[in-house]
Amino acid sequence: MPDETKDPNPVLPEPKPPSVPQPGAEAAPSAPAIAKPTSAEKSEPGAPPLAPPAAKPEVAAKPAETAKPAAAAAPATGEKPATPPAAAKPAAPAAKAPPKPEGPKPEPWDSDLAHSLKSQYGSGIREASTYLGQKYLVVDSSILYEILLRMRDAELFNYCVDITAVHYPKRDDQFDILYILYSFHHNERVRIKTQIKDGETLRSVVGIWETANWLEREVFDMFGISFDGHPDLKRILLPDGWKGHPLRKDYPILQQDQEWVKINLGIESGQ
Amino acid sequence: MSDFENDYRHAKPGQSGPGVTDYLDLDTKDETFLDANELVLNMGPQHPSTHGVLRVILKLDGEKVLGTECVIGYLHRGVEKIAENRTYAMFNPYVDRMDYVASVSNGLGYCEAVEKLQNVEAPPRAQYIRVILTELCRIASHQVWLGTHALDIGALTPLFYCFRDREEILKIFEKYCGARLTTHAFRIGGCIYEAYDGFEQDCLKFCTAFLPKLDEYEELLTTNRIWVRRTKGVGILNPEDCIALGVTGPVLRASGVKWDLRRAQPYECYKNFDFEIPTGLNGDTYDRYLVRIEEMRQSVRIIRQAVEGLPQGPIMAKIPKVLKPPVGEIYHSIEAPKGELGYFIVSDGSTQPYRVRVRPPSFVNLQALDKMVRGLLVADVVAVIGTLDIVLGEVDR
Repeated sequence: MPDETKDPNPVLPEPKPPSVPQPGAEAAPSAPAIAKPTSAEKSEPGAPPLAPPAAKPEVAAKPAETAKPAAAAAPATGEKPATPPAAAKPAAPAAKAPPKPEGPKPEPWDSDLAHSLKSQYGSGIREASTYLGQKYLVVDSSILYEILLRMRDAELFNYCVDITAVHYPKRDDQFDILYILYSFHHNERVRIKTQIKDGETLRSVVGIWETANWLEREVFDMFGISFDGHPDLKRILLPDGWKGHPLRKDYPILQQDQEWVKINLGIESGQ
Repeated sequence: MSDFENDYRHAKPGQSGPGVTDYLDLDTKDETFLDANELVLNMGPQHPSTHGVLRVILKLDGEKVLGTECVIGYLHRGVEKIAENRTYAMFNPYVDRMDYVASVSNGLGYCEAVEKLQNVEAPPRAQYIRVILTELCRIASHQVWLGTHALDIGALTPLFYCFRDREEILKIFEKYCGARLTTHAFRIGGCIYEAYDGFEQDCLKFCTAFLPKLDEYEELLTTNRIWVRRTKGVGILNPEDCIALGVTGPVLRASGVKWDLRRAQPYECYKNFDFEIPTGLNGDTYDRYLVRIEEMRQSVRIIRQAVEGLPQGPIMAKIPKVLKPPVGEIYHSIEAPKGELGYFIVSDGSTQPYRVRVRPPSFVNLQALDKMVRGLLVADVVAVIGTLDIVLGEVDR
């Protein structure tokens, strides 16, 4: 597993010398192949110092983190509360009553970036947390564009990994829109999340990252969320004539199939 | 009138009658035809060089490409929707069907993401087995790429060489888990199959036999005058464009960005291994070829180290039979042969994921096609699609 989960310090791009048991035996056979003139890189087959095996200390460090009894505390992102029904049954056997020891909960994200954003935007930054070592910000949709622009230019999060959405039909703000950003400079990932109502639109970020073009089209295709200022907002994976947006939770998985058999076979259900 | 004269190309404007087709109305100017020399050419979806069902609409000026538009989705199966209706373990085999030439990598990424959500870690032996198989899979994926890419450009022989040698990898997969292509080799929490008797020897034997064969591929292509002419300076991407377009994997590295998730954010036991990250200088098709060839060598290095250091011990972590990860969200990505393969999983505490999002490298990389082929010739489009190394199963999901 990546160190993100355990290591509070960001991983350095160039890790420590490897701790292979017999590096000398390895370097010998592969070195001639590497040194060919066509290879783009030259290797340094100099035997790396024998570092102690790195696997052990991490395993030891893990239980301390996982031991927090926090199953009931759902991340404050408004997920479908799955725990309350179980917790509401006090008559359950005593063995079942204490929540499972696992279940890490989000912790406040303590960093210069989070503090400076909070001091600048105040309540616009609804949450700055880490969950299992992964950082995320929940921001107001009105300042989203500004924050993303700032993340790219000032904070050097210049690579937009992914844009996606999650649908929570029971919530007032039905959609979570996520921007997963990565910084080559800091070797760090951060998720920027915003929440919008059904029918609300967001400003397209194609002007910030070109890659957003297809990613936003896919979000539009699958969730029906529109992006203002997108150069070519149309369906991307589904045919143009498709009805509905399949990744919405209210889109039943058999709908398309049943409609087809009704029209073409004249029966109620093909199942 | 002969048939030839009757052909619509010889019809005068406004002329009608038998033989004059309706669809080419010469009177009204079609807005797609801006100039007499410009035309729109439809390539695919049934074109062999698109490696699947990709349709590219090319706008041409004679032989020169002015712009492209990709039409994708022919292979869309809605795996993200399927995931919401399956348990975590049941969804595992589905991910193999996305990038089907590198199914082991897909499975690794998914298993790791769920493990992370569950906050467990695979035991060391399982991690080593995973790394060996994933690196074998990287070589197999690059072999498919090299064979088909060379075939597109006109070199027929590498295809047979690559597929012949890939067979050895598939045999190892088959002996390990019974399947050759859609392997389902890993399970959440580790591996379910112990390495078979002779697994290590098979892997080492493959490594020893493969390196000279890799030199053979290079002999055929690296200094081949036709190959160099067709690839050097074709489809150049500079590092800034790569990052703006979110391009990852060998394509990014060929542009000179030394970034590999195995090194930048090591997952599994990659930090135990000594390997190089090959990079290119010019970001053209030739550099991408060199980078991938070198990556195969580095994969051999990793496999050898992993086989030598393969520890004893359990291969499965302690995880519950019915998996109910705690409420939360996780994003985890690995360095797949094509680039950054990410899984974003939202758990609501039930047995089924609330949402699974796959960040496919092929989908994002394909977006760079337009930028890469502008100003090139039609024949170069084929070379550029090949060099991007896309798998349509993953683009469309």
